[in-house]
Amino acid sequence: MAGNANGAVSAETQRAVEQFLYRQAEVLDERRWDDWLPLFTDDGLYWMPVSEDQDHGEGVPNIFYEDAFLMDMRIKRISHPRAHSQRPPNRMSHVVSNVVIDAEDPETGDIVARSRFHVSEYRNDEMRHFAGKYRHELARTDGGYRIRLQRVDLVNVEGPWEYVLQYWL
Amino acid sequence: MNTNGGFDVDRLVEPDRVHRACYTDEAVFDLEMERLFHKSWIYVGHESQVPNPGDFWTTMIGKQRMIMSRGDDGRVHVLYNRCPHRGALLCPEQHGNAGKAFRCSYHAWQFYMDGSVRQIPVRDGYDNTRLSMDSPDARVKPAERSGSYRGFVFASLSADGPDLETWLGGARVAFDDMCDRAPDGEVEVVPNCFRVVQKSNWKIFLENQLDALHPSITHESTGVAASAVERDYEDRTGEKPPMSYGMLSAFSLPFEKWDSLETVGFPHGHCILQGYMGLRPRDPDTLEYEAVMEKAYGKERAQEILGVNIHHVLVYPCLSVQSPLQQLRAVRPLGADRTLTEIWHFRLKGAPEAIYRRALAYYYHVNSPSTMVNADDLHNFWSCHQGLQLDGGEWVSFHRNAGQDTETDGVITSVTGMSEAPMRNQFRAWKEYMAAGA
Repeated sequence: MAGNANGAVSAETQRAVEQFLYRQAEVLDERRWDDWLPLFTDDGLYWMPVSEDQDHGEGVPNIFYEDAFLMDMRIKRISHPRAHSQRPPNRMSHVVSNVVIDAEDPETGDIVARSRFHVSEYRNDEMRHFAGKYRHELARTDGGYRIRLQRVDLVNVEGPWEYVLQYWL
Repeated sequence: MNTNGGFDVDRLVEPDRVHRACYTDEAVFDLEMERLFHKSWIYVGHESQVPNPGDFWTTMIGKQRMIMSRGDDGRVHVLYNRCPHRGALLCPEQHGNAGKAFRCSYHAWQFYMDGSVRQIPVRDGYDNTRLSMDSPDARVKPAERSGSYRGFVFASLSADGPDLETWLGGARVAFDDMCDRAPDGEVEVVPNCFRVVQKSNWKIFLENQLDALHPSITHESTGVAASAVERDYEDRTGEKPPMSYGMLSAFSLPFEKWDSLETVGFPHGHCILQGYMGLRPRDPDTLEYEAVMEKAYGKERAQEILGVNIHHVLVYPCLSVQSPLQQLRAVRPLGADRTLTEIWHFRLKGAPEAIYRRALAYYYHVNSPSTMVNADDLHNFWSCHQGLQLDGGEWVSFHRNAGQDTETDGVITSVTGMSEAPMRNQFRAWKEYMAAGA
């Protein structure tokens, strides 16, 4: 993608991308599942690789590698009345920051943005903490930005997991 | 009577029920580590984790931190992760390549991959002392026994007991089935493993592995969601949904289907659950794979291999293997109420890429840290461990179909797939191990 590698995007673009990231985090924090899939393009992917060195997710192990069908399956599962691990449900609180726009396509307005996150998750009297970085490839559409690819690199990606992740960070 | 620190092993385990202390009592846990995990063979890792000289990988046998290493001569060694000088860990990292030698971070004692001394700084300081450089006290201590079955490395911290192949017995099918399914006759590990901590006793996990009654209850939400998305996929794309969706929708199979399966229990607590997922569809990928297999083995032998119908093999007390999907979970107990599982998957050497993708999809859906399947299992394990600490009852029930299993030469065949025979068989072995050290 051609673009302004020096981050010389307009203040409006910077602000619009940041607002998009914050609103995506809010969808997770508020468990607004009806609003999750529309954040992605029809062929959009949510990807959490097993290592920072990984440059693709196809045909290799991943922590998350989900298209619309799999994300929909996950939503259907956690919304099912007998999803036992949702008794009680978990809650998350995201802080997203350090938003850097790596590229803006001058013709399409598509964006590549990096950011950092800290997520606190509460479930069953326990808090867990997750930290890492996002890389968003965003398509600019008439309805605003939509995610083509969200890459999530956890800082402790190879560490042992206390329990599992029931949905996306 | 086997009395140990206030409890009596004989009284904890009856043929059809076991006392809750087996799960919750830290003293029982300590004794399990001593008499079971430090006595039996324990899975260490696969030879392909350490392909080159100097490679090492660390893991646990019971309470002991161990190293699996590859020597210059190509041999695989299993060592205690401890410098004989002052006791520092030789390999504080999970894995890597040590080059010619392990070098202790404290005083630079160096050891070859088999644990023998390579170099000790200012060695003359030991002249005329009681420590001789060629004594066992100067070298890294190896596991008392180690061995490999078709590339799967086990070690025992006891010099006594049956040899590895005898001990595995009928459970050898786990590794035979996995390796035979490779046209080249062997598998290689896909780095790295997922490690997931379960907040429950290790036995609760193993009991779940061959529990054919639980899937349609525990995993109902996933089975229902996957079935719905399968239909939606066909509607929207006009194509058949990915086979991996079927691995999840299979969880909503009715009880009759699960009951039609069979379990087999072997000596030492090992057990098998027959397969159910229909991994021999007639799609082009499978047909291509079968052609490669027939070329490698001949038609008759290939069909025999592909006809092996196994879902899970339990290698007690350390492994749950899913040979037709080339994955395994190694059990590393951390305490009475905490268990680490190391979850690995493998590539069939010589098989088409599509067959690996099938194993990978299952690894993702069932075994990754984002699993939609084990999320509910782990919830139940935690829930059981919590409930077992209550005074609301003393016993855990394994009565289902008790007394109806048939036993021939120590091999137990269950009357139905949902019989609790595998749990009874595991505790029979548990009792033998625990009593043996008394």
